Amino acid sequence: MKKNKRTIWRGELTTTGKLARRGWLFMSPGFFWICFFLAIPCLVLVLVSFCQREAYGGIDFTFTGENYSRLMGFGGLLGWTPDYIMILGRSLLTAAITTFFCVILSYPIAFFIGSRQGNSKYVWLTLLIIPFWTNLVIRTYAWFLVLAPEMPPARFAAWLGLIDHGAALYPGTFAVYLGMVSTFLPFMALPLYASVEAMDWSLVQAAQDLYSRRTRVFRCAILPQTYPGLSIGIVLTFIPCMGMFVVPDMLGGAKYMLMGNLIQQQFGVSRDWPFGAAISFFLMTITLVALIIIRKKGLKHL
Amino acid sequence: MKKPGLLLVISSVGILLFLYLPLMAVAFFSVNSSKYGLVWKEFSFKWYVRMIQDPYILNAALNTLILAVISTAVATTLGTALAIGMENFPWGKRLKSFLDSILHLPVITPDIILAAALVVVFMFLRKLMSIFEPGLLTMTIGHITFQIAFVALVVRSRIASIGHNVEAAARDLYANNVYLLWHVTLPLLMPGIIAGAMLAFTLSLDDFVISFFTSGPKSVTLPLLIYASVRRGITPEIHALSTVILLLTVILVFTFERLTRIQNRAKNNPAKGRK
Repeated sequence: MKKNKRTIWRGELTTTGKLARRGWLFMSPGFFWICFFLAIPCLVLVLVSFCQREAYGGIDFTFTGENYSRLMGFGGLLGWTPDYIMILGRSLLTAAITTFFCVILSYPIAFFIGSRQGNSKYVWLTLLIIPFWTNLVIRTYAWFLVLAPEMPPARFAAWLGLIDHGAALYPGTFAVYLGMVSTFLPFMALPLYASVEAMDWSLVQAAQDLYSRRTRVFRCAILPQTYPGLSIGIVLTFIPCMGMFVVPDMLGGAKYMLMGNLIQQQFGVSRDWPFGAAISFFLMTITLVALIIIRKKGLKHL
Repeated sequence: MKKPGLLLVISSVGILLFLYLPLMAVAFFSVNSSKYGLVWKEFSFKWYVRMIQDPYILNAALNTLILAVISTAVATTLGTALAIGMENFPWGKRLKSFLDSILHLPVITPDIILAAALVVVFMFLRKLMSIFEPGLLTMTIGHITFQIAFVALVVRSRIASIGHNVEAAARDLYANNVYLLWHVTLPLLMPGIIAGAMLAFTLSLDDFVISFFTSGPKSVTLPLLIYASVRRGITPEIHALSTVILLLTVILVFTFERLTRIQNRAKNNPAKGRK
């Protein structure tokens, strides 16, 4: 739109310059809002991650890579410590395991809803959508009630000798995974369902007619067709999982720290913003890498 | 598709139970009259009565509502304008893909990073103006930032589904810009705008992380209140409050579903969907 040419656009005789000006008039408030409060702050965050912390929690703008070497475990009182790397590794592991369970649980429910007809389909779909919109804090603390010592799950575990009598099933790794999987399951199941709905069942039929084993039917006829939904589901599960801090904070107890908790701690009690920014930047990088990998893989399958 | 096997039915119902069991437990204990422990005593609504008499809860509810209404109003306006600007003008391919990635930025950024970025930007703004102290204003700005993108995406899909024939026809009949926007474009987009606004409203009610990072001592919202009371020890009033929020969510989801279904029907069969 360099030249100011006369043009006809959707029934209007106008010039390209006029159109561009009008278009920007519509876009600029929202566009600049996102730039000003998200895009630029993210860049500032990267900048801050190379700064130092002032004595009272402010930011000292002398550039250093200290925050990153600290994240990799150097520069502590005892030389090298694996503490932060452990947290990063645990975040990746938790996100991977949660995603895995979400995938396993999402397939049956996606196929089930896909097989329903008419109104009953909408009822089941709405049942899946409601937890998706329910407040995270409520959903997380609700597990306190289910896992409380008086309730059947904890009693059963005590009867099996897994925990002491009168103990609760939280806080701990098990409770964190329960909370994580139940939080992210709808994020996986809904896009997967959308893919199942668009599936061409004659391919599955053909595979069965040609005596494929069930695993082969799934791998060659179902998986490639559901890949678009699956990849969106993985993005929606894996990435927020890495930055999650509510669930591990409430259900994991003091010892169960993930990257999200570490960031929250730096911006909260520790008031070490440069270090928090460094962890955030690390998380951003992982997010981008994950997005790129999934996009590449998705193209291969199409 | 063939009929599902028994195993599929059982596993699906089991999975949904897994999602709903905790929520049902909250609703169950909210109407239990016993204060301590999770033992059923008798049915009573007394925690609901206590809840609406609690000044802290009322204050938090008011804050949540103010925050949700204002941020939704602003985000819906800006998001709709952004969607119209992006879709209804002949942008070049490169500009369009750049705008697209800016629009998707709030959707893919993990909310904790958005929160951290906002903390930093408010710190700088505070040095210029004191109104950026953590409080309702900073929370509203934070909410608007992620709401805009969701509103714009919903409205954009509506624009794509209605096409631009009606607009071109209006132009042929000498509609000017203002008339076209006010009497043609906006009424056509209304179902999408309402759906986007409801989505934004629900997102605002749901949000914990952004609020947690940007709130001040006087701007406690309901999710923050529940989180804080979990630390102090849960009281049955919190169960009652959570149940009310749950019911509200269910109503919002149903209305939203209804709207999008009407919209889809209009897409498939334009004659039927229009009033």
